[in-house]
Amino acid sequence: MAYRWKNTLTHEDVTPKSAFLNRRQIMAGMAGLGLASIAPKGQAATDLEPTPLDVITQYNNFYEFGTRKDDPAKYAHQLTTKPWAVTIDGLVDHPGDYAFDDIMSQMTIEERIYRFRCVEAWSMVVPWNGFELKDLLDLAGVQSSAKYVAFETLYRPEEMPGQRAPFLEWPYVEGLRLDEANHPLTLMATGIYGDPMPKQNGAPLRLVVPWKYGFKSIKSIVRITLTDKEPPTSWNKSVPSEYGFYSNVNPQVDHPRWSQASERPIGGGFFAKRIPTLMFNGYEEEVAGLYEGMDLRKFY
Amino acid sequence: MDRLNRYIRKIPGWLLYLIGTAYPVWLLYAAFSGDLGVDPVKAMEHALGKTGLQVLVAVLAISPLRRFAKINLLSWRRALGVIGFAYILLHFLVWMVLDVQILSQVWADIVKRPYIIVGMVSLMILLPLALTSNNWSVRKLGARWRLLHKATYGAVLLGGVHYIMQVKSFQYEPYVYLAVIVGLIALRRLPKKGIKQARKPSRPRPA
Repeated sequence: MAYRWKNTLTHEDVTPKSAFLNRRQIMAGMAGLGLASIAPKGQAATDLEPTPLDVITQYNNFYEFGTRKDDPAKYAHQLTTKPWAVTIDGLVDHPGDYAFDDIMSQMTIEERIYRFRCVEAWSMVVPWNGFELKDLLDLAGVQSSAKYVAFETLYRPEEMPGQRAPFLEWPYVEGLRLDEANHPLTLMATGIYGDPMPKQNGAPLRLVVPWKYGFKSIKSIVRITLTDKEPPTSWNKSVPSEYGFYSNVNPQVDHPRWSQASERPIGGGFFAKRIPTLMFNGYEEEVAGLYEGMDLRKFY
Repeated sequence: MDRLNRYIRKIPGWLLYLIGTAYPVWLLYAAFSGDLGVDPVKAMEHALGKTGLQVLVAVLAISPLRRFAKINLLSWRRALGVIGFAYILLHFLVWMVLDVQILSQVWADIVKRPYIIVGMVSLMILLPLALTSNNWSVRKLGARWRLLHKATYGAVLLGGVHYIMQVKSFQYEPYVYLAVIVGLIALRRLPKKGIKQARKPSRPRPA
């Protein structure tokens, strides 16, 4: 069901197209002015820096293409995303391969402007397009015994050079508790700024869980499995002491190697100020109930 | 080889310092022109740290190069050491002022985070070495100067460890650096037979 959640961030919080077209001049200008005085209205209330499209597409982690922030933009063009199908299996009534085009024809695409907070303490504001994960799960018919949802990224080393090195165990896997997956904020994103998802950002469809650290939002999904056991997740397998299954954005629980209390908005130029990180990335009102009674230090 | 060594000696120290200064200036220009990408602070921080480490590894390579390849870069050693230290200091300052920004947070990180502790110890070792890199200190400290400056090996080793500790997941590159550093230190341990004569001008020459 579309439109279950209403944006509180508006396009005022995103850079207008005219601005991201000449970002360089703006950045140079900001640097000169000591910055931010030209930020659009509506920002004061939320303290948000706008994130231009070229920043979103040129700076991110997608280790399948390499570990540098500009590797995805450099190498993702090699990826073929047509045809594309998502296998939905496990504890569902209608397991099978769901063609991407068939999924799209049955979904209502809406825009969600979300904060995006990386575990590395940088952040953006991204205007996603997509549909709620719950709508896709309903299509497959989740059985009552299912408790978790496991996700898997495409494994295709000939097109994804990062997969030829053992940065992580491939394919990349992620997971959510079923109630997290069914939450109206949990999005299957298929586009940014009204255009189809750029390959470096996880084309053709990716998860977006805005109250969790970015690595939970798995990209280029080829399999969704409903299970009754907590599924393994890639970063947790790689460094369990640093990355937990839940990985909710939490300014009070530090990463062992850095503080999570604040974040650097990307795209603000050389003198961009850090901003405080919000509990559940600012979605506390919506999602705190999911974790009632849980020790979030233990379940990090 | 002697001709090469003569050319090397002809390159004056100030030229090395000039080239060394040009790099951070270029980084600053690139940060504002957009050439460092959309996160110029991190790009600059990492570039300074890595280039600083590279320059200091080059410093460690100078005596093995002389011993095994008969290439004499000794006249560059002081300038390279000072430049490497300057990059590491700038790396630290960019991290402190532009990246972490909040002073209480900087302090919390320094005392709490192992990879930052290792990096800081390395910088603290380099600091007295940089301060005593002038002729006056060399004269004043005499034999102790040589002993003091052996600490370079420890500082660079810690720099390599710091690099490994700060990357996410497994990556080759930092291990390559550490292997090279360990290798260069190990070369010093090789028995020194028949090279006594070559070691004669053991005093560092003013650049």
